[in-house]
Amino acid sequence: MLTYTLRRLLLAIPTLLLISLVIFLLVDLAPGSPASEIPLTVPPEVRAKILEALGVNEPVHIRYLLWLKQFFWVEPLNGFDAIFGTHYAEGMQRIISYQSRSPVFPLIGERLPQTLTVIGTAYLVGVLIALPIGIYSAYRQYSLFDQFGTMFAMIGFSVPTFFTGTLFIIIFAVWLGWFPTKYNTTLVVTDWASFKEQLRQMAMPVMVLGLANAAAISRYMRSSMLENMSQDYVRTARAKGMSERTVVLKHVLRNSLIPVVTVIALGIPSIFGGAIITENLFGVNGIGSALIQAIRGNDLPMVQTLAFIFAILIVTFNLIADLLYGMLDPRIRYD
Amino acid sequence: MTDTDLGVPPPESLRAAVWAQFRKHRGAVFGLVVLTLLIIFSVVGPLVWSPEKLSVVEALKSKNLGPSLVHPMGTDQLGRDQMQRMMAAGRVSLAVGFVAMVIAIFLGTLIGVLAGYFKRLDGPLMRLTDMFLALPLIPLLLVMVMLFRDRIAGVLGPEMGAFVLIVSAIGITSWMQAARIVRGEVLALKEREYVLASRSIGARPFRVILRHILPNVVSPVMVAATLGVAEAIITESVLSFLGLGFPPDFPTWGRLLYEGLDYFQYYPERVIFPGLAISLTVLSVNYIGDGLRDALDPRIRGR
Repeated sequence: MLTYTLRRLLLAIPTLLLISLVIFLLVDLAPGSPASEIPLTVPPEVRAKILEALGVNEPVHIRYLLWLKQFFWVEPLNGFDAIFGTHYAEGMQRIISYQSRSPVFPLIGERLPQTLTVIGTAYLVGVLIALPIGIYSAYRQYSLFDQFGTMFAMIGFSVPTFFTGTLFIIIFAVWLGWFPTKYNTTLVVTDWASFKEQLRQMAMPVMVLGLANAAAISRYMRSSMLENMSQDYVRTARAKGMSERTVVLKHVLRNSLIPVVTVIALGIPSIFGGAIITENLFGVNGIGSALIQAIRGNDLPMVQTLAFIFAILIVTFNLIADLLYGMLDPRIRYD
Repeated sequence: MTDTDLGVPPPESLRAAVWAQFRKHRGAVFGLVVLTLLIIFSVVGPLVWSPEKLSVVEALKSKNLGPSLVHPMGTDQLGRDQMQRMMAAGRVSLAVGFVAMVIAIFLGTLIGVLAGYFKRLDGPLMRLTDMFLALPLIPLLLVMVMLFRDRIAGVLGPEMGAFVLIVSAIGITSWMQAARIVRGEVLALKEREYVLASRSIGARPFRVILRHILPNVVSPVMVAATLGVAEAIITESVLSFLGLGFPPDFPTWGRLLYEGLDYFQYYPERVIFPGLAISLTVLSVNYIGDGLRDALDPRIRGR
């Protein structure tokens, strides 16, 4: 297991380097240049100096290596300084956003909490809805409940989130007036009233994303349960006279959860990256909307950094899912 | 001559068996009917439904109308008949879905066959597949559209340019599932006796692949293809929804929905119709894929 983990970790390095090169080159081809963001009133010689300071005149490979160094060395060092109050990273050039002229990482740090609260809650809600539906529809296969569950899942991953989102806004915000249409990022939870307000404004994005996530996960849960229900050990357990409850919720459920847990782990990167639509629709000021703003504003460093962070998350959680699978299921050994 | 009647019906052809199984899947039949209706609506519709062209003054008067007999889906903020736009948009949306799927399936089958059949290519090609799977696709698609839209529009014109760009961008970012499926199938198929026989009489790899391998991977590829259509239509509408899709005078369902968003508080039907069209298309395509998977699986068929 240890050798497998090490080998996978080592393999992840060239993969990530290649991905970073692809992302860097693709974004670098963009027609926009930081020069277009500088006001025309700035005199030409100053403009040239600004561009030189931004490092845009260097050849591509130098800029790529510099960006890698900034990403993997300067920025973590800055984070270390910020936490421990040291000054190791002083004077080192950081990744600067073209739009705001400030380092990219603190900007992302500001956006992260909103994304994590809203999208993270949505994922959690999705999982919590999906598991019982999957378990019960497998237990009563082909029952009315199962057929409804199947239809729910089919609709859940066929109807795109931007449509469910707009429908929810029309129904719950415009017609019924239950929830606000836009998410208010400046709201600070201090007391009961503001907490209720926070819940109200989170309700719709969480439901939209939660339903979409629940659809897929409930399918996995159901098929995994079905696979285990027909195993010999279930018959043995029943023959021993165990209650249905123990058989299903202890024996079958534990074994069925193994693949589902890995599926859930694989979906976690989408919490960070896949919620672009929902964040835009409801005005949640998170990472997804930061990415869209950066793309619209030709903010190349921001786009490169965000896309690469998403890629790192995907690779990491793929690895975690594979390792989890090996750890949870003793039948699977990677050596 | 012994004329024996065993009381067994004559063996039916594979196609008939698949079709019989497919018809048993209620969802799949529903999907086929709905998809056919949607295709008829957008392809044949414009031939039947052509509201007369309005002069500027008339168009000003017929702005933002609700659904009525004259305009079954209402009119938009410029007085254009919404149903006619839905038909035009449907053509583009469906075309994007099918063409992008064809590109993705072609690439996926090519890479899958190469990786499965030639051992030397297996490692590199599968690493490439893994890398593509780890790419954050929606951000990259957005960046690609953003970067190359103007350049390609300069060569092919804004409409054709947007179509080619979006279709190929979706195609080259969604071939990975098909490649994995095909590789797995080819790995198993190439150990079969008939492939060995074909090789031993001196058939070249190209011929073996074309005659013996490809016909046998058709059924999993067909399932992947139907699901690919659904995915491509959703991806295109996501791009349009973020305002990075087709130009406004060359609408798709996603684009219509995006335009309707500005007015949806007063005219919700302008969001609901395109949204319903997208959802129904994707839903029916998914059901068809489900039915095809069951129908093409010999273990399920005939039971």
